Amino acid sequence: MSGGARIWALHLALVAMLFAALFVLPTYHATNLARIMVLAVFAMGYNLAFGYTGLLSLGHAMFFAAGMFAMGLPVWHWGLGGGPALLLGLVAGGAMAGAVGLLALRTAGVSFMIVTLMFAQAGYLTILYFGQVTGGDEGFVVDAAARRLFGFDLSSDVPRYLAALALFAAAMAGCLWLVRSPFGRVMVAMRENEERSRMLGYDPFRVKLAALVISGVYAGAAGAAYGLLFGYVGGSFATIQYSILPMLYVLLGGAGTVLGPFLGALLMFYLIDITSGFTSAWLFFVGAALVLLILFAPKGILGTIRERGARWLP
Amino acid sequence: MAAVLALTAVGLNLVFGVMRVVNVAHGEFFMLGAIGAWFVTHYLPVPAAMAWIAALVIAPLAVGAIAALADVTVLKRLKYDPEATIVATIGLLYIFQQAALSFYGPDARPVAPPFHLRLQLPWFGYSGYKLFVVVAAAVILLGVWLLMTRTRAGLVMRATQVDRDTARNFGIDVDRVYAGTFALGAALAAAAAVLIVPIQQAHYLMGHDPLLLSFIVVIIGGLGSLRGTLVAALVIGLSDGVISMFFSPTLAKIIATLAVALVLVFRPQGLFGAKE
Repeated sequence: MSGGARIWALHLALVAMLFAALFVLPTYHATNLARIMVLAVFAMGYNLAFGYTGLLSLGHAMFFAAGMFAMGLPVWHWGLGGGPALLLGLVAGGAMAGAVGLLALRTAGVSFMIVTLMFAQAGYLTILYFGQVTGGDEGFVVDAAARRLFGFDLSSDVPRYLAALALFAAAMAGCLWLVRSPFGRVMVAMRENEERSRMLGYDPFRVKLAALVISGVYAGAAGAAYGLLFGYVGGSFATIQYSILPMLYVLLGGAGTVLGPFLGALLMFYLIDITSGFTSAWLFFVGAALVLLILFAPKGILGTIRERGARWLP
Repeated sequence: MAAVLALTAVGLNLVFGVMRVVNVAHGEFFMLGAIGAWFVTHYLPVPAAMAWIAALVIAPLAVGAIAALADVTVLKRLKYDPEATIVATIGLLYIFQQAALSFYGPDARPVAPPFHLRLQLPWFGYSGYKLFVVVAAAVILLGVWLLMTRTRAGLVMRATQVDRDTARNFGIDVDRVYAGTFALGAALAAAAAVLIVPIQQAHYLMGHDPLLLSFIVVIIGGLGSLRGTLVAALVIGLSDGVISMFFSPTLAKIIATLAVALVLVFRPQGLFGAKE
């Protein structure tokens, strides 16, 4: 098999397996998996910025929340339908990322991390400040009537799973296509050596801004879908924790790999799920996982596998 | 409280200046200091004032030791790569927070101040303890300043700050300097917490605000510039109260965080920092 066919086959196989899992898994795990797939889309967006372009952002919760609230608020206040609301979420995530990027991308490295962190914190506080409109800390429940897409009721298990899978598959295909495209190579070039790519005639600011906007669209889509599928929109999704989570997923699964975010989300979700079964100290595991990963496996699981032989892994 | 903020921020800035490490777990060292103070005053069978003084010694030492341990086991292995250390200190933040929650519990608990004294001025009364905090913080800061400028240890730290490799060539044990600096920075945060804890209560989430505020102070004052940090701490510590009087605290925080982000974007060397 040629490289391209092998890669597409691998990813199609994953989608097929996830589809089959719907009929095999008990409802509890199927719901978990739907959640993981949506979070994996978020992490994939994060990975496009961090893993491929080398932009370590600590503010992605803002894009996630932008998508979520852009979806939820029109539904709540004006009774907008689910489909248009989802689109609004996508646009909002990208627009937010574009606005932040215009300012934050003037900095690099540590400053970039702090600036994105500060913007995200300001975003979170803004949601709290306009608590009358946004529901503040308590959030609000998305109206069941709006949770319909093409006539399917997203609040019931099977359509919800399929919707999550469809989003995941679309996001993964988009990601795969993007990183194998010429533009994807330029993104990696920015990560590896910005000066040299500048000398080759690429404008680092524009490439990074574009990558961040795409990343924001992913995060916004994930946020909107999360609110739509699980019926709840709240300020807690804008906290710094939701900026850390995708980073954790990506680090665990492997930064700069297409499947890494999903693998990381899957493992981390069940690590927390299982440990919280017998101890309430799950935060400890999140912290320990971060420290151990950065210490011993900065490339993550798939990154290590790719290094040890499977070089064709995208 | 500008004085306490100055202590915390100087600790953060010391670590950044000498080690080039942005310590996201700095607020947790503050929190650990406050909780340490509670444990010391709670379990030491001596009068409140004595116990508090003991806490002022023990808590920073203990927190400093924890920080040194974290430095040697984690940060050193990362070779102080700026981005990796941020991720690692975020991990440490979660670990410390969870440890505090597990061993100390979710409640906020008070620590008795070492003395009750109210200065009655003609037009308003003022808590004597608050004035004492200002004086104590100033004394500690003076001590740090003397340490940095007048002692061999300070000289070694400054030498490492200027050029790590040259310092190593001159026979300075850079690893020990780093561990010491990290411990000193954490101990300063802990000392600030012990000073403030009779006014605020000790709580496992209390590290958030000091972290954010000291970040703001350090950035406005210029990364790596101790004098700028002091000025900025005074300005922000005082203006925070003023802004909160006119706007709601949330709005004040929004304005402050946005201002800091914009300062970093347009004047990365800080408002008072010198261009490198």
